[in-house]
Amino acid sequence: MKREPPRTIADYAPLAFPAIMLIVFFVVPFSTMIAVSFFRRQQGGFYTPDFVIDNYARFLSAFFGGVLGFSLMLAITVAVICVAIAFPFTYLLTKASRRVQIVWLVCLLSVLSLSEVIIGFAWSTLFSRTAGITNLLVPLGLMSESQALLPGIGAVLTGMVYQALPYTILVLYPALVRLDPTLLEAARTLGASPLRGFFGIIVPALRNTIVATLIMVFVFALGSYLLPQILGRPQHWTLSVHITDQAIYQSNMPFAAAMAVFLVLISLALVGLTLLVGGRKEVA
Amino acid sequence: MKGIHKMGISRRKILAAGLTGVGMLAVPSILRAQDRSLKVGVYGGYFKDSFDENIFPEFTKATGIAVESVAEPTGEAWLVQLEQAARAGQAPADVSMMSQVATLKGQETELWTPLDPAKIGHYDDLLPQFISKYPDSRVAGIGAVAWYITLVTNTDTYPEPPDSWAALWDPENRDRLGLLALVSNSFLLEVTAKTFMGGTDSLDTEEGQLAAFEKLAEVKPNVRLWYRDEAQFEQALKSGEIPMGQYYHDVTGLAAADGFPVRSTFPKEGGIQDSGNWVLTRASDKTEEAHVFIDYMSQPEIQSLMSRKVGTAPTLRRDTLDLTDEEFSAVSSEIEPIIPRYDLYTTKSDWLNQKWTEMIAG
Repeated sequence: MKREPPRTIADYAPLAFPAIMLIVFFVVPFSTMIAVSFFRRQQGGFYTPDFVIDNYARFLSAFFGGVLGFSLMLAITVAVICVAIAFPFTYLLTKASRRVQIVWLVCLLSVLSLSEVIIGFAWSTLFSRTAGITNLLVPLGLMSESQALLPGIGAVLTGMVYQALPYTILVLYPALVRLDPTLLEAARTLGASPLRGFFGIIVPALRNTIVATLIMVFVFALGSYLLPQILGRPQHWTLSVHITDQAIYQSNMPFAAAMAVFLVLISLALVGLTLLVGGRKEVA
Repeated sequence: MKGIHKMGISRRKILAAGLTGVGMLAVPSILRAQDRSLKVGVYGGYFKDSFDENIFPEFTKATGIAVESVAEPTGEAWLVQLEQAARAGQAPADVSMMSQVATLKGQETELWTPLDPAKIGHYDDLLPQFISKYPDSRVAGIGAVAWYITLVTNTDTYPEPPDSWAALWDPENRDRLGLLALVSNSFLLEVTAKTFMGGTDSLDTEEGQLAAFEKLAEVKPNVRLWYRDEAQFEQALKSGEIPMGQYYHDVTGLAAADGFPVRSTFPKEGGIQDSGNWVLTRASDKTEEAHVFIDYMSQPEIQSLMSRKVGTAPTLRRDTLDLTDEEFSAVSSEIEPIIPRYDLYTTKSDWLNQKWTEMIAG
């Protein structure tokens, strides 16, 4: 049966539902945010409709530049660590028996049921001086006295990687399961070591999947707002924390909106750049 | 109520739980249909529910004025709503609970109907900080609830209580403090000014404010946690993880009474006293009823009861109240408090916020 190109309006009808969803849940809120970002702030009051660029001007400072840079670097670092851990793990998982796979996947799914709040407080207890894991190292003679492992960038990264890792594995899993095992077998037959086979065959074969996963984790980590507050110092607060401060505590919606628009644009640009670079390699 | 403190529920819920206690002392009564009524704005949620259940019926019984309570959002959104409604001649609430900063902002547009001191029986017994006045000394608001933020310590780590806010600056306390994360709720600029610069008047000028920021920046190496979430710090204080900081006096006292190794100290420079007012919107024609309401809430018996059961600091002079020394010191102190410079947060809030954020996160 030959597929006919759509001719009448009715042929486009199946598109209506996703289109409406996209408009209601993305286009309208995002447009509102863009509009508000140009409104005039009234100190203490909310805002009045206007067209001013003060909100963007305030953002363009060394301080907020630094915050934005830190947020992006943090999200990229989390994405790279997650994929670096999850890719080999998921590969080995797909080689395991079905039973083992199911147990692991159920465990990973159960981690997803934990909220960011629970993850944050659990790690803050684990890293504390009074009740944390260093208390176990003291009797073992590895440490002379227990110490706090937070607040710090290490604690923030641990919390964020812990939160994003199950997503990463679940995104990688279908692609790795479907990977044709004969590819590796061929490589091994031709004399490649298992390690060489993994990096020379499997990783390149799934390059697009890896890039897509990196982008997903990056975007996921970019919105993190609670973990940097609970586990980090103020210099580890992401742009999302500052946006919340402005929106909720300072009632400064226009400035918060301007920062949010900026964050969305920068991350879209980064994602676009990544796809562009990836696409070029494919052609070459 | 003590159980609630253990669970680390927010301050407002604690206040509300106390109000439930206040109401339980009263004999339940059936509301009659009233000719006179008053709409009162209180913070929405559990707080409003408890007022509805316990305080307002008693007020109605005593005065014959029916109360319709209105849930008001926290922050300054309610001020904006009242302002816009007043322009249209509407009053979403006649009397509202308003933060000091919002009270000052409302004054700029004459939003508050001036109150008549002659109609408030205990007007002369009110502490001066609980009378909010227009620049021409008309009365814009009367204190509704007040509380203290003090210097708190873990008694295991600090056998001797500190006697001054200067302890926050002590190099001995490196990485040991928990402080509130916002310029507008920590009031640390005022603390700095009172402790090192001779008083909060030194914040009158921008040089003074910058000098306070500079002095305050010296505290940074000592701060382990800048907290937004109260439960997070309270837990860390109790366990000794973060053994010193600023926190609510009444909540700390209750935690100590529950056996936790914590104490609240009024430093010699004074505790920080924050509060909210009752105000009457100009769009309201219930001026008479509003005065009856504010008069009722400012009676020594009601204020004493709220101190005992809710943990709020009384708005009246100590000698008018029948609180014992123990009851009084559980919620307040005779040491002159540090009163926040609310005027700064109306005129320079964005600038102060920016400087503050750059100071702590920079």
